[in-house]
Amino acid sequence: MASQVIMPKLSPTMEEGVVSRWLKKEGDKVSMGEPLAEIDTDKATMEMQALANGVLRKILINEGESAPLGQLIAIVGEPDEDISSLLNQVAAPAPKAQPPQAQAEKVEPTAAKVEAEKPAPQATAPQGNGSQAAEVTEKTASGRLIVSPLAARIAAEAGIDLRSLQGSGPGGRIIKKDIEAAISKPRSVPVAQGFPRAVETRSFQQVATVGASPYRDEPMSEIRRTIARRLVTSLGPIPHFFLTSEIEMDRAAEMRRGINALDPELKISFNDIVIKVAAAALIQHPEVNASFQEKVIRYYERADIGVAVAIEDGLITPVVRSADRKSLSEIAGEVRELAERARSRKLRPEEYTGASFSISNLGMFGIDEFTAVINPPEGAILAVGAVTPKPVVRENEIVIRQVMRVTMSCDHRVIDGATGAKFLQTFRKILENPLYLVV
Amino acid sequence: MPIITIREALNQAIREELARDENVFLMGEEVAAYEGAYKVTKGLLKEFGDKRVIDTPITELGFAGLGVGAAMAGLRPIIEFMTFNFSILATDQIINSAAKMLYMSGGQFKIPIVFRGPGGSAFQVSSQHSQALESWFAYFPGLKVVMPSTPADAKGLLKSSIRDDDPVIFIEQERMYGNKGEVPNDEDFTIPLGVADKKREGTDVTIVARSLMVPLALKAADTLAQQGVSCEVIDPRTIRPLDIETIVESVKKTNRVVVAEESHPFCGVGAEISSEIMERAFDYLDAPVKRVSGADAPMPYAKNLENLAIPGVDRIVAAVREVAYLE
Repeated sequence: MASQVIMPKLSPTMEEGVVSRWLKKEGDKVSMGEPLAEIDTDKATMEMQALANGVLRKILINEGESAPLGQLIAIVGEPDEDISSLLNQVAAPAPKAQPPQAQAEKVEPTAAKVEAEKPAPQATAPQGNGSQAAEVTEKTASGRLIVSPLAARIAAEAGIDLRSLQGSGPGGRIIKKDIEAAISKPRSVPVAQGFPRAVETRSFQQVATVGASPYRDEPMSEIRRTIARRLVTSLGPIPHFFLTSEIEMDRAAEMRRGINALDPELKISFNDIVIKVAAAALIQHPEVNASFQEKVIRYYERADIGVAVAIEDGLITPVVRSADRKSLSEIAGEVRELAERARSRKLRPEEYTGASFSISNLGMFGIDEFTAVINPPEGAILAVGAVTPKPVVRENEIVIRQVMRVTMSCDHRVIDGATGAKFLQTFRKILENPLYLVV
Repeated sequence: MPIITIREALNQAIREELARDENVFLMGEEVAAYEGAYKVTKGLLKEFGDKRVIDTPITELGFAGLGVGAAMAGLRPIIEFMTFNFSILATDQIINSAAKMLYMSGGQFKIPIVFRGPGGSAFQVSSQHSQALESWFAYFPGLKVVMPSTPADAKGLLKSSIRDDDPVIFIEQERMYGNKGEVPNDEDFTIPLGVADKKREGTDVTIVARSLMVPLALKAADTLAQQGVSCEVIDPRTIRPLDIETIVESVKKTNRVVVAEESHPFCGVGAEISSEIMERAFDYLDAPVKRVSGADAPMPYAKNLENLAIPGVDRIVAAVREVAYLE
């Protein structure tokens, strides 16, 4: 029987995926567990395995195109099998798009009316494809999904879509063995080789208007789409305000030199010190170590610091857990290791979610001062500039000091001006006299 | 440790408890002069005299009631049924008096009594003498039900039953009296009621077996080990209170269960265990709980049919293979 290849759920927040590369062509033989395609999820590039033996009969989504979870993206079957009925289902006109009900119910009655008249924004992106896919999965699943309770639980924990599996138990029951096979395969394959992409094929569009710059349209990668989606939920609905402070870093620099002289392996950076000091200040100002939730303000017991790391195509904020309880060398080692894995896209979801406060440092790019956008639902983010020698006035004399400017963006629903200022004051006090870290 | 039969282990338990506590006495048909229809009470009349070891007429309801009255008055009777098939006549005393007296007297009367004797199938004694009645008694709050499968368990559990302040139904398997095993000589050796025993460790399938089914389950596990299937065999030993935690813990490890029993399936102890597993370990089950029970029919007299009516090693093996998805 022909087996349907659907867009699998490969990350906890994934709603759709982009086929970045097909690893098989139509007509190629595939066997169960073999990599079939590389999928860009919102966070990483993952290999998708074949879940059946046969021949890749039809590819329904081209490279660079996206599909929502569960959408049929290819068909694997016997070489001479008739797959026309499956193809017809895909070609059939999309039924009326379901209004996103949950969405509509949340908004007020008047707004709902307006909403109903124009298509909901979320529905526009995958539109036609999305509703077709829903129909296909609905139809093929007319026979119930048969799955053992244990298998269902393991699949839910591992984020595996049961519909993508073929059960090996009686009557096609999906059992533990099937889930374990599905779990063990995608993880064992390195994702790194997914990167070499056909850069050379990207050419610039020539524009009709004389003198206007040529341009090229590139399909948005999933991570870019996620960044876009998340950031408009930040500066838009979150009332940001900004506090800037100038900090003398001479003593911190001295401490850094001293520590690194003890053991050249340590390689403590300014940023590691900033993380440590921010964590210490957060514990003294728990009202800043907080986030805005729907009905409550959530205060965190420990300082879990998100550290923004630039990666190809975007950025990600791996989290240093309990930074307040860790030593500088532990923080330095952890940041180095997390950043490395972030760049090779090997972070697990729990490693880049759930921070209580974030730090973004552009000092290495020579930026003196900037503002950062809050990573919701966190209450604040600290934008850190470069440490540079500057003339400053001390006791009526002009002297040269190592100076660093930081700007904290605060969610005004959680943090007020004075609250944020007090936190920054403590932050500055510790950084200017790092001995406070040991008192 | 001495190797003795279940018959001898039970005899030791009764002898030791008669000697230990003068309130303990034994009563039943042929227990004294004839030394027991199955010779469990051998030598006891001679040793303890006819005030402690008492022959009764063939009046199950009568001497069961006598026992309940004696227990109310502070003695600790051991009532032997020649077989549990005859306990059916005494159920009014067991269920309406023994099981309920503590509750209905507002805690004034404890009933420290043991009703014991052989139960289950024997060899070609037909329908009326081949009954496994544990689910009857286990049904009623107020009764404890014990079913040993080894000589050591038989001794340790019977001693605990005699010392227990509640009425205990102690069912010995008629075919197993001659089974041998190591038994501690120690007079203080007891096994607490309500604690299951892991008779064999395994990882793939849990077999819950009691009484006659325990040695069969262990043989099945040997056969299955050669086929690459590792079975864990759990013997609840006490049917009520049931040590469901040990069973559930095992199921969480193996994800698959076979419950083996010689009793009829309908409303049986296996049904209760299956239900408990479903309620407590649903998310850990990779296959439906499988029961292997005696035939849902009166026990036939004919030897070939009798063999078919009682679960054997092959049926347990087949059930394990089924839940392990090997069939």
